[in-house]
Amino acid sequence: MANQTTAAAAVARSFLQAASSEDVVPPLRVVQIEGLAILKIIKHCKDLSPSLVTGQLLGLDVGSVLEVTNCFPFPMREEDDEVEAEGANYQLEMMRCLREVNVDNNTVGWYQSTLFGSYQTVELIETFMNYQENIRRCVCIIYDPSRSNQGVLALKALKLSDSFMDLHRNNTFTGEKLREKNLSWVDIFEEIPIKVSNSSLISAFMTDLEADLPVTQCDFDRLQFSSSPFVERNMEFLIECMDDMSAEQQKFQFYYRNLSRQQAQQQAWIQKRRAENMARKAAGEEPLPEEDPLNPIFKPIPEPSRLDSFLITNQIANYCNQVNGVAGQNFNRLYLMKALQDD
Amino acid sequence: MAAGDSTVLHLSSQTTGLTARVHPLVIFNVCDSYVRRPDQAVRVIGTLLGSVLADGTVEIRNCYAVPHNESSGQIALDVEYHHNMLLSHQKVNPKEVIVGWYSTCFGVTSGSVLFHEFYSREVSNPVHLTVDTGFSNGQASIKAYVAINLSLGDRQLAAQFQEIPLDLRMVEAERVGFDILKKQSVDKLPSDLEGMEASMERLLALIDDVYKYVDDVVEGRAPTNNNIGRFIADAVASIPKMTPSAFDKLVNDGIQDQLLLLYLSSITRTQLSLAEKLNTAAQIL
Repeated sequence: MANQTTAAAAVARSFLQAASSEDVVPPLRVVQIEGLAILKIIKHCKDLSPSLVTGQLLGLDVGSVLEVTNCFPFPMREEDDEVEAEGANYQLEMMRCLREVNVDNNTVGWYQSTLFGSYQTVELIETFMNYQENIRRCVCIIYDPSRSNQGVLALKALKLSDSFMDLHRNNTFTGEKLREKNLSWVDIFEEIPIKVSNSSLISAFMTDLEADLPVTQCDFDRLQFSSSPFVERNMEFLIECMDDMSAEQQKFQFYYRNLSRQQAQQQAWIQKRRAENMARKAAGEEPLPEEDPLNPIFKPIPEPSRLDSFLITNQIANYCNQVNGVAGQNFNRLYLMKALQDD
Repeated sequence: MAAGDSTVLHLSSQTTGLTARVHPLVIFNVCDSYVRRPDQAVRVIGTLLGSVLADGTVEIRNCYAVPHNESSGQIALDVEYHHNMLLSHQKVNPKEVIVGWYSTCFGVTSGSVLFHEFYSREVSNPVHLTVDTGFSNGQASIKAYVAINLSLGDRQLAAQFQEIPLDLRMVEAERVGFDILKKQSVDKLPSDLEGMEASMERLLALIDDVYKYVDDVVEGRAPTNNNIGRFIADAVASIPKMTPSAFDKLVNDGIQDQLLLLYLSSITRTQLSLAEKLNTAAQIL
């Protein structure tokens, strides 16, 4: 009897523990996408390129895996106020219709297309914060159609890191806070590995239907030599970004210069006050206070937010990575050509 | 054949000359909706979206499932749903129009005629796609049909579903990921260098095959074929003939350009890390 009661008590306790530990969310490790969603994203971004498009991701949130099972595109939005309501209506309509055919009705994020990897903007962060308020875990998938012409499936899953989100909520990006949390520009976005899954029916179909060609068109694309337009555009973007970056740095320098000038002014004023106080003490009058909050030189200068410079830095790093990748490919092609010629 | 003779069954024997091209997204979508169908439904019906090209080819680009009811001889299609989805899809891509409908069963059944009639009210000459998810022949079969009217003199008798050639076409970017999409689960997306490696391996395999074939022909093991021989000769001759020094210069220039790019990007990254240290570590106060 005692055994049974203790066993029951143990079960009860573990249930309580389970119930209380439900708030602990396992960290997101992998994003599992279905081939269907990938194809839809590719099609949508490619059909409407070069304009940038967005869409919604639907799926399930299971443990440490975020499954994306379907998606639907958003229509292009002109900057019109009345279209806001239409956009929301469209979304509701699509969700309702998809629900009727048993598609997962759960939003898990959104996707957007990008041009040459230039996606790190403030709008992205704001959209993330918006989504994060409603959904516990959301992810953003970035697809780059221009890079896919080089023969690479340029699909990335991004998430804001938790420390960055905390900072953003308090809306402080000063140097001190950042040093406290040890946050540098690499920590803003976290890239999550993508896994692709397909239902067996589809794999059966595809394996059967696809003619067993030894070489596909994408091989021809990959081995093609003219990657210079892509690299040129990439470098152009990189240079523009460097300009932005130097503008930001100038802002900082200006701020520091102002700060040091203000400090010098403060010191001078305090000296003067002290001298005055000495004189007054000598004359037997009340000493004046050392601080004067009304004096404009004591007004603290706001420190410019570092968010922009972080984003720009991220962008530049991205471009550099891309250029590296293409350069690597080009090396391979060059050596291949050399080998062919020697034969 | 006497024209206008009312006792002769008049079959329109000309082929329609219509061909259909299907994007793999459509097949994925159909399979997905089949997997997700409600328990009591045997098959799934849906609308095909796409465009008709100038030479008469019907290009099927997208599709969506439409709930329907097939019970005891009664057939019902949710028309309102169909219209709503159509409007939503057209908001995104106004160029896609209805080009037909699909069903996931083998062959054409009697119920399909009614659906086909409904769709022919929406668009002239709809294409009917059957995706055989049951694999009844032991293999995957996707067929496309158009309806030809059988008429006896002036009266319409029946509609004959005539098969039209179907072409599974893929866009570049989809081809890139196609290997991934074929398998059931892939653990990570290949990076660009791995893709290059795969391409080069395939090229090497091709060259090996050609080598073996030429060897076989020379030794008399395989029959000679002048056409293939000419192709091979053309391919080999298409390598541009240059003096070795000129070619070396070309390759070296290329290599130096790439090295320059790598150098620039590495310098930028170093600059970034320096700047970041200065920005956040500097503290005047």
